Amino acid sequence: MSNQSSKLGKLYIIIVFALLYIPIIYLIVYSFSSGTTMANFNGFSLTHYGELFHDNRLLAIFLNTILIALLSSVFSTIIGTLGALGVHNAKKRHSRQTLLSLNSILLVSPDVIMGASFLIFFTSLKVPLGFWSVLLSHIAFEIPIVVLMVLPRLDEMSPSLINAATDLGATAGQVLSRVILPFIQPGIIAGFFMAITYSLDDFAVTFFVTGNGFTTLSVEIYSRARQGISLEINALAGIMFIFSLILVIVYYFIENHDQSTRRKKDKLEVTK
Amino acid sequence: MKRSFRAMFYTPYFLWLALFVIAPVGLIFYYSFFNIRHQFTFDNYATFFSSGTYLTMTANSVLYAFLITLISLVISYPMALVISRLRHRDLWILLVILPTWINLLLKAYAFIGLLSHDGLVNQLFGLVGIPAQHMLFTDASFILVASYIQIPFMILPIYNSLTDISDSYIKASHDLGATNWQTLTKVIFPMTMPGVKSGIQIVFIPSLSLFMLSRLIGGNKIITLGTAVEEHFLTTMNWGMGSTIGVVLIIAMVIAMMLTNTQRKRRRQA
Amino acid sequence: MKKFLIAFLVLMGICLGLSVGAQQLTKSTGDTGSKVLNLYNWGDYIAPTLLTKFQKETGYHVNVETFDSNEAMYTKIKQGGTSYDLTVPSDYMVQKMKADHMLIPLDKSRLTGMRNYGHSFMNKSFDPGNRYSIPYFWGTLGIIYNDQSIKLGQLAHWDQLWDSKYRDDIMLIDSARDIMGFTLISQHHSVNTTNTPELLAARDKLNKLSPNVKAIVADEIKMYMAEGEAPIAVDWSGEASEMMSQNSHLHYVVPTEGSNMWFDNLVIPKTAKHFKAIYAFLNFMNQPKNAAQNAEYIGYATPNTAAFKLLPKSVRDDKQFYPSQKVLDKLEVYSNLSPEKVQQYNDLYLEFKMHH
Repeated sequence: MSNQSSKLGKLYIIIVFALLYIPIIYLIVYSFSSGTTMANFNGFSLTHYGELFHDNRLLAIFLNTILIALLSSVFSTIIGTLGALGVHNAKKRHSRQTLLSLNSILLVSPDVIMGASFLIFFTSLKVPLGFWSVLLSHIAFEIPIVVLMVLPRLDEMSPSLINAATDLGATAGQVLSRVILPFIQPGIIAGFFMAITYSLDDFAVTFFVTGNGFTTLSVEIYSRARQGISLEINALAGIMFIFSLILVIVYYFIENHDQSTRRKKDKLEVTK
Repeated sequence: MKRSFRAMFYTPYFLWLALFVIAPVGLIFYYSFFNIRHQFTFDNYATFFSSGTYLTMTANSVLYAFLITLISLVISYPMALVISRLRHRDLWILLVILPTWINLLLKAYAFIGLLSHDGLVNQLFGLVGIPAQHMLFTDASFILVASYIQIPFMILPIYNSLTDISDSYIKASHDLGATNWQTLTKVIFPMTMPGVKSGIQIVFIPSLSLFMLSRLIGGNKIITLGTAVEEHFLTTMNWGMGSTIGVVLIIAMVIAMMLTNTQRKRRRQA
Repeated sequence: MKKFLIAFLVLMGICLGLSVGAQQLTKSTGDTGSKVLNLYNWGDYIAPTLLTKFQKETGYHVNVETFDSNEAMYTKIKQGGTSYDLTVPSDYMVQKMKADHMLIPLDKSRLTGMRNYGHSFMNKSFDPGNRYSIPYFWGTLGIIYNDQSIKLGQLAHWDQLWDSKYRDDIMLIDSARDIMGFTLISQHHSVNTTNTPELLAARDKLNKLSPNVKAIVADEIKMYMAEGEAPIAVDWSGEASEMMSQNSHLHYVVPTEGSNMWFDNLVIPKTAKHFKAIYAFLNFMNQPKNAAQNAEYIGYATPNTAAFKLLPKSVRDDKQFYPSQKVLDKLEVYSNLSPEKVQQYNDLYLEFKMHH
């Protein structure tokens, strides 16, 4: 790419990043307002953070939300990746088509329909509503997004790669762990992060399948809308955002460090 | 041996399909044949396909989902392309995902604060002497905010397919005398088609049933099927009619999937 | 593969930490798991300090779970699988739940302080004799306007909303019963009419309002009005008081020709289990001091007349939220209509929304 077009490209991503982050910065700025809502800023204050740290109920809800997001994403990523392998290996074009359509049904179902049908499903099976029903539902609606993230990577993988590995005497398990998984890794990671997004954002499904004192942040936020969402929630969102930002950057540099040391090692081995 | 190994691996996924997809869909399908008094009837479908209200809503849903998908794609493709050329590209892509972790309702409220009549954007306009504009409750603001929400979902799959293209292809293309533009359209773009299709599916399908943003930002000027489903399930409790719309949405989704997939096959056969 | 395994184990470790942390926090709120009351309420609809006070006085810990609409709450309770002891439906929903055998009648012999409630707020059509419900908060439907665009006192009647000078000026709350309701009142009909010609006439009149309607929104209407996005809104008094606290230019008026009067009520759903705790809580909330404290926190009007007397004078004299008896007599409560009629109201309203 020429110098000029790369400059243009940089300018472009700066603009898009700015647009992506403006609403979030706006939210965080208001968490420092001494007022009570996002309507007008009344001067700097930390009262909402004070309120938040004394509100143990809200903090517990927050931890539960993250817990559900991480747990459900881990399991949906595992199941979804296996599912993508299944769809990819479907021999007939027809069965692939059917599988993909079935896979995406939960993506198209409006949340209320999904929530209501899951509620009927759990109550008729006598599954108590609460943590487990929420976890199962989250895993359920995150799987399709993982499949859709992993599948393109699989489709791009050339079959000769697997054939070569099999010819060299690799077992199916070895092909999976040594050839396929490393190749589709970016898709798996993307699927995992999207699954977290879906989990954190869901209101309707969680609302219907929760019970016995278990709540997530989304349910709490939506049900506060009638009384007006207090800036305490902004403070919580701000903290969560900064925290995940730090986590992501740390994760990246650990990962990067890991890779660069490995690369160095490889080089050493070659020179030997 | 190999077969049982495979079966073990696919079991959880097929179990999920059976329990959380096929069973609920069966339930939705079943409910769609009952009226508000819980009597068996085909009326819901008759109402849907004969009423101007529902047909307009369907047209609206498809049209706006199409526009949202198109705008997200136009913004996302260059974004993914540039990011995939950056040194710390994995970090940048994580930063694209991060905003999606903040609750949608909070972000929508932030947009109200930004775009409203006395909001931040108009105050900035005021500083440079532009009179306050009414930006909310327009089709444009609805489409833009919806695209804002969807862009990360579009960037990610495209980015994934871009990282896969090895530099040697691009070098080869340049060596053969192709311009940057030719390299992009003839080499890079075709190779990223699986990612683009995946992105279109991930954005288009959920956009069919948006209702929150059409109310919050669009002021209910645009009524889509999502709005109607919400009303039938929560206000009138006419689950039969709500389920009927659900069935229609599923059929629309299957059609969309078929349209995006046949192309792929043709390419492979060619 | 090894990398995935390590990632998996690390994530599981984090999850373990989170679950321990969440449990510690829940315990620190005083939840011991034994003496509890499960309250199913609208979000942020009870003063948190009252809950701690209640636990100190009686030893019962209140678990609060929240919902965001009457209908969503109804579906949850009807489907079962939960154990809510008390919930807070609005008027018509009390009637609907009662008709569907989802409520347990109040045992009046175990209740104290029922005399604190005003006559105007008891024995309403949705629950004659208050056999199942105790009013929690009440309010009206009215017009909010911004005095920067509309002179104080100039807007006081439903019919004025149709005036062509308010083109693109009005925001409506997204609720079929309320929007159809004020149109029916403007045509001198009841808000509970089941007469189809009257409803069709209301729809036709409503369609004529379209040019004046800027948007139809829900809870976010508060933010819009506070931000000055529109000069006029039709909304409930509770929401009005929220937005007025943010923008001093806003005023609320209940048209004298009549309006809707709404109630949120405490009821015992059939899923209830902890009856001792329930009656302790109801009696606690009946006490004027506690009801007054709650009213000050929420900002809605209390039906507890003894509590009303404890409120600051500025609140008591506010005719916007505590209207005179003359206006009160004109107000009508929504009654629960048959599913077909609810559908008709909503279909006509949807047609209006599509038209607009």
